[in-house]
Amino acid sequence: MIEALSHNMTASDPWLILLVVVPLLSAPLCILLRSGIAAWSVATAVSWVVFAIALYLLNTVMESGTMIYRIGGWDAPWGIEYRLDAVGAFVIVIVAAIGAVVMPYARQSVAAEIPAERHYLFYAMMMLNLSGLLGIAVTGDAFNLFVFLEISSLSTYVLISLGSDRRALTAAYRYLIMGTLGATFYIIGVGLMYQMTGTLNISDLATIMPAVAETRTILAAMAFLTVGISLKIALFPLHTWLPNAYTFAPSVVTIFIAATATKVAVYILLRIVFTVFGQVDIFAHFPIQPVLMVMAIAAMFLASLSAIWQENVKRMMAYSSVAQIGYMVLGVALATETGLTGSIVHLFNHAIMKGAAFMAIGAIIFATGAVTIKDLEGIGRRMPLTMAAFVVAGLSLIGVPLTVGFISKWQLVSASLELNMWPLAALIVLSSLLAIVYVWRIFEVAYLRQPHITEHNPKIVPLSMLIPTWILALAGIYFGANATFTLDVAHAAARQLMGGL
Amino acid sequence: MMAQKTVLRVVTKLLVPIIVLYALYVQFHGDFGPGGGFQAGVIIASAFIVYGLIFGTADAREVLPSWVTRIMLSLGVMVYGGTGVVALLMGGEFLDYSFLAHDPLHGQHWGIFAVEFGVCLTVSGAMITIFFTFAGHVKEKFSGAEK
Repeated sequence: MIEALSHNMTASDPWLILLVVVPLLSAPLCILLRSGIAAWSVATAVSWVVFAIALYLLNTVMESGTMIYRIGGWDAPWGIEYRLDAVGAFVIVIVAAIGAVVMPYARQSVAAEIPAERHYLFYAMMMLNLSGLLGIAVTGDAFNLFVFLEISSLSTYVLISLGSDRRALTAAYRYLIMGTLGATFYIIGVGLMYQMTGTLNISDLATIMPAVAETRTILAAMAFLTVGISLKIALFPLHTWLPNAYTFAPSVVTIFIAATATKVAVYILLRIVFTVFGQVDIFAHFPIQPVLMVMAIAAMFLASLSAIWQENVKRMMAYSSVAQIGYMVLGVALATETGLTGSIVHLFNHAIMKGAAFMAIGAIIFATGAVTIKDLEGIGRRMPLTMAAFVVAGLSLIGVPLTVGFISKWQLVSASLELNMWPLAALIVLSSLLAIVYVWRIFEVAYLRQPHITEHNPKIVPLSMLIPTWILALAGIYFGANATFTLDVAHAAARQLMGGL
Repeated sequence: MMAQKTVLRVVTKLLVPIIVLYALYVQFHGDFGPGGGFQAGVIIASAFIVYGLIFGTADAREVLPSWVTRIMLSLGVMVYGGTGVVALLMGGEFLDYSFLAHDPLHGQHWGIFAVEFGVCLTVSGAMITIFFTFAGHVKEKFSGAEK
């Protein structure tokens, strides 16, 4: 009650709601405009505005702490409250940054891959997806989070189904079934928590949770939440929807969802485990730690092994994503400040490197139509700039020093050493060797083999696609060489999560 | 399609305006009793759906082409969100209707009215779109596949 009253005093910062409302309302605007180029202009402008708002919010949160917004002027826990803390602010910056980089890239790539009469619908869906992902990270209400989860998921299904390959429809349908299961499990979990606590507000849930934590209802809620969110994260063995979805979606969609959607799902897991159950000794009550850790390690190894045998580059990168998700969840399972820092910083780092990798692949598809490894023979000489960006991303996936991948793995290794878990540290390093194998397969084909002799040269990749690719590739080097900023934010976020609210 | 069923055709023609009128009643009565934008939207959609069932989807689509339903779908969201933005511009918080007029009570009235109108537009647009998608497009696709 006292906390609710004190909310009255804090002024609601309107930018917190505008972050979600601007992209949300730009989606119907795109449809009303009924023109691909106009919709693209709106979407690009909005994505940049949203990025600026996200940076402003991150700055404010880092300087003056958690921000709160009361929707409709209703106080929490009666009304819906938006609440942005360090981890949420970091996630919205990741999502908004990828959105701002992807939208300029989208115009040419979408023009090549999607029928013109569907362009405005495509951009409307992108905007809905963006607002859904941002909404998940800013909301302080467990049910509102579900609504945003559905907004982002439903738009993702549509976006995937727009892929030019007919198998995109099956992939989208499969994701629809699995994603809906995940969302349903989440809402069942929230419903069970509501039954025991009578509230949906996340900070309110956290306050009441210790009193009811040992009941069987909450145990069931925890089980539903873990499985549901794991489906959304694509945590091994619940990842089966992901490879096809990433492979057959249009290039732009693959870039965007690979860099953002699973990250936001990891954010939900962090929110549930460390905020909703923040004041409960969750690891003593529920066997969540060993479960997450085993699944994470299995993902790191089995998904990397699967990646090695793939012939389709997009599918290889998709399996690599499943493996990288393993690292993120591993940090969560370690549940120490260093481990969480590694997890959170890896959200950012993986978004950058996978974004760059998929952008380079998208440019290659744009120029040559090649998607299998065999088609890539000698591509390093025919498209040197694009392929070089891919090399940077690939080195990052392995975790070579001076790339972002190294930063996250270093954090995770130090976290396991802090806990005296030597075998775990060894496993992290070993799994990186598997990444070398699959990344090398592409390097070898691209640089050491003779190009196919074909009558037509690859189309020239326009600057609007090349520049975003290189922005992400260079960001991968910059934040790998100078990780102070990302690590500081991730560390602040981890500390906040470990300390409860 | 049902050219020979005179009774059905005449009754439908008579019913459609009454259904829409009832929907408007539900819409405007929403603040005082059961009802509101969602229910009204469904009832409006049902008027078009019954028309489509009796006279065929092609005729019904002529009344409401897909670009009209798309405008309905997106305009409804714009009206709803726009109401929130107006409240924001008037100095309140997002969707705080009290700020929409000088008198908070009037503001609440106007706010809920606008929001319900938006809901009605989007819901009726969605219902009609879903009906036409299942009833109409399937046939077009099949005839296309045969060629």
